[in-house]
Amino acid sequence: MDLRLEGISHRYDGNAVLEDISLDIPEGQIVSIIGPSGCGKSTLLRIAGGLERPTTGRVSMLGDPPPGCLNPLTYIFQHFALLPWRSVAGNISLVLEDHALGTAERREIIADVLARTRLADFADALPRQLSGGMKQRVAIARALAVSPAVMLMDEPLSALDSQTRELLMDDLIALWLRAPFTGIYVTHNLAEAVRLGHRIVVLSRRPGRIREIVEIDRPLHERGIADADLEEKQRHLWTLMRDEARAADMELQDG
Amino acid sequence: MADRTAGKTGEERGAKGRHYREVPFRGGGFAPRHIPYVGVAVFVVLIALLEAGARSGVISNLTMPPPSAVFVALVELAQSGLLWKHLQVSLTRLAVGAAMGAGAGIAIGILIGLFSYIRAGLLPLVAALFPIPKIALLPLFVIWFGIHEWSKFALIAFGTFTPTVVATFGAVDNVDRSLIRMGQSFGLPWLSIVRKIVLPGALPGILSGLRVSLAIAIILLVAAEMLGAEYGIGAYILEAGSLYDLERLFAGVTILSLMGLGVSWLIGRIEAMLLKWR
Repeated sequence: MDLRLEGISHRYDGNAVLEDISLDIPEGQIVSIIGPSGCGKSTLLRIAGGLERPTTGRVSMLGDPPPGCLNPLTYIFQHFALLPWRSVAGNISLVLEDHALGTAERREIIADVLARTRLADFADALPRQLSGGMKQRVAIARALAVSPAVMLMDEPLSALDSQTRELLMDDLIALWLRAPFTGIYVTHNLAEAVRLGHRIVVLSRRPGRIREIVEIDRPLHERGIADADLEEKQRHLWTLMRDEARAADMELQDG
Repeated sequence: MADRTAGKTGEERGAKGRHYREVPFRGGGFAPRHIPYVGVAVFVVLIALLEAGARSGVISNLTMPPPSAVFVALVELAQSGLLWKHLQVSLTRLAVGAAMGAGAGIAIGILIGLFSYIRAGLLPLVAALFPIPKIALLPLFVIWFGIHEWSKFALIAFGTFTPTVVATFGAVDNVDRSLIRMGQSFGLPWLSIVRKIVLPGALPGILSGLRVSLAIAIILLVAAEMLGAEYGIGAYILEAGSLYDLERLFAGVTILSLMGLGVSWLIGRIEAMLLKWR
């Protein structure tokens, strides 16, 4: 299933946040969206998944979601959004309980996604007992449980320390290599965008417009941490963004 | 060479000349710690002081009975069997009244928290009802509901209702919106979001609101029992007061304090049971 954004513009109380964004996310590809803070990239992601209504423009799904898909557009949030009163297994069960699944089937899905995120030993732990990285892995397991057609990732690694971020990035790549998923990856971190994105969309500062789309041909499994090619791309992205980021930094927050 | 030696001696002199001070500790504090037995000790010391004052004659028996005499009054009350009668009547009134008031309060509070129209319609009404001293309404309730149990239930219920409503809708408002967005993003039906995200998220706030509401319920219980009640702790205190029987009056007050402690302990247990995840 592909996702298509057409002419998305958005304003909050008369302030333009996004302007005329059109973007295709083809099946099996990850599109990274980067931009200076306040450029509306998170808003764009909320619009893409139907959590917010754009002022103009529309989002459409092309084709059918994969068989067994329970929630085509599924988010991974920056701050995990786990229910603190439910165990790890309970948090995953939450998103399955309203679907017509047998108890055995549900248990099977939970066991499977916990195994895929290496959390099998922590099924009964409560979120407060987990480190940030583990919490985000629970959130990833929860997203996998509904076999999404498109993963909408809103700065999923930004709340983690840098070592944990590396580990989780490896996890995400491993998950994608095992079963390529379609995804939008919103981040302000250029290295993450370059590690995971097949295409990188650079947004301008507010109101966010598409400034440039950078393609990265190198397959995901061949991208190392210190890769001259990728660093070149990253440098290019930074030159694109630097002035915008500086200007965005000097802006007063209104509202 | 000469330079180096000069530098060396200068350094030594400097090391000797400097004086060393340990960095003083200035952090800590501003974090409540659990200190056992101090609370009990305060009670014990106060009671001992009162007892000593009464025995030595510093405190006149007309102003304050010695704690031992209050204790004797309590024992007599227990032995006569009247303590259980009073307690049973009072606790029933408290339970029925508080259950009605808190139950309705939680229900209305949740509705105010969930529906904007109900909020717009009921919030001014609740704000208007909240500051009314409910005790002032007792004569009205006697006319409406009769002199017997129902006027007492109504007073306690009404008194617990308003603080419970305010605490409950506040608790619902404070539920983490990102959790609700998460529920929506996974396509959870509205009822599931309310049942599995909003209500458990509001529970801590509702329970701490109940602490306040139930203390108010005990205050109103005594007020209600001062009008047209034969039995009950309030009636017992009123009778003792009108006979100027200070020992029994304080015995009654002690029972009320213990009831307050009991209610607080009970909510503590419920919190420990339902809020294990915190």
